[in-house]
Amino acid sequence: MMKSKAYAVLKDNLWTNNPIFIQILGICSTLAVTNNLSNTMIMTLGVTFATALSSLTLSAMKGLIPRKVRMIIQVVVMSFYVILLDILLRAYLPDVSRQLGPYVGLIITNCILMGRAEAFAQANKPLLSFWDGLTSGLGYMSVLMAIAVVRELLGFGTLFGIRVMPEAFVTWTIMIMAPSAFFLVAMVMWWAKTLQARRVAAAATTVASKEAKK
Amino acid sequence: MTPLINPVTLFFASIFTSNILLSNFLGMCSFISISKDWKSSFGLGMAVTVVMTITTAISWIILYFIITPLGLEYLSFIVFIVVIAAVVQILEMVIDRASPALYMSLGIFLPLITVNCAILGAILFMQIRSYGFMQSVAFGAGSGAGWWLAIMLLAAIRERTEKNPVPAGLKGPGITMITIGFMAMAFIGFSGMIAVQ
Repeated sequence: MMKSKAYAVLKDNLWTNNPIFIQILGICSTLAVTNNLSNTMIMTLGVTFATALSSLTLSAMKGLIPRKVRMIIQVVVMSFYVILLDILLRAYLPDVSRQLGPYVGLIITNCILMGRAEAFAQANKPLLSFWDGLTSGLGYMSVLMAIAVVRELLGFGTLFGIRVMPEAFVTWTIMIMAPSAFFLVAMVMWWAKTLQARRVAAAATTVASKEAKK
Repeated sequence: MTPLINPVTLFFASIFTSNILLSNFLGMCSFISISKDWKSSFGLGMAVTVVMTITTAISWIILYFIITPLGLEYLSFIVFIVVIAAVVQILEMVIDRASPALYMSLGIFLPLITVNCAILGAILFMQIRSYGFMQSVAFGAGSGAGWWLAIMLLAAIRERTEKNPVPAGLKGPGITMITIGFMAMAFIGFSGMIAVQ
């Protein structure tokens, strides 16, 4: 029972209800760094960390929080984890921390954190909420990493800072600049939605044909 | 990142050349969901501008007169968030008292603003680029105005293109993202005008 629910949450967060291409949440804080693969990885790992732990904490505390002030408490819990993350980054990866600049702090207002706290952690057990936060973060990460691969490969000709494209390759300047991120997100949305619509249609026809056989 | 940029220049730069939404992707969530409707976009854009100007000014004062002297920089995220929440709450009450008509058009958007990334983003940029007080106010006002301009433009475009045939998978958010991408490209055209940052 518990296992199947965990699987359902995983599938929901990675595909059917992916935070980026279906719910369109939390694009704000990370899209700006997607022209660099390693920065994207660290940012999305940070979002995953903060979402998972704040979901766990808020779910464990849900009996103690009065409804009227729950927003501010949620925000304070999230800021706590983001501050932890910021201090960790500054201590162990100072260069990355400088490059990410304000975007680490912006994880606090990332809609995914608030969204998961409101939609899931409020009504579920702590461990399951932790799992939900973790998988939401992973769903978010997978899409943004895909976008970052395209942007860094075409924009700089490198992957994780290592040159992959031949020297003669002319880099696409547009991929470094902001508009390309919007276009790529739109492409991912288009691809995912078309695929999902096709699956739904296929499922509907198989059900219909089965009923016809009866 | 020179600390001596003229505040007026900075105001226009933050509207056109480094628009907080189109070049830094901040405030996307409410941007996409609200921009369906022209009137609400106007209200939300105005509310963001007002809140952003006030919060950057207050955060600057708190940052340089309270946080830095006491060496509490690690708490700054929490302080900024609380400042934003408090300003939004107070503004809501003041507007409700002073002008119920304005409250009807602007007030309903105020709670949405607390979690708008653009507001916190403007404050964090202000901190990292170590702007002075006048620069911070100009930057806050300019970023707000830039956000307002972007959402108004997008809402106008969306009203026109709503009835156009679009591939099924691209409907709604997909085509909106592409539209924003084109707007961002158009705004890159401004980048030669003012050289800041």
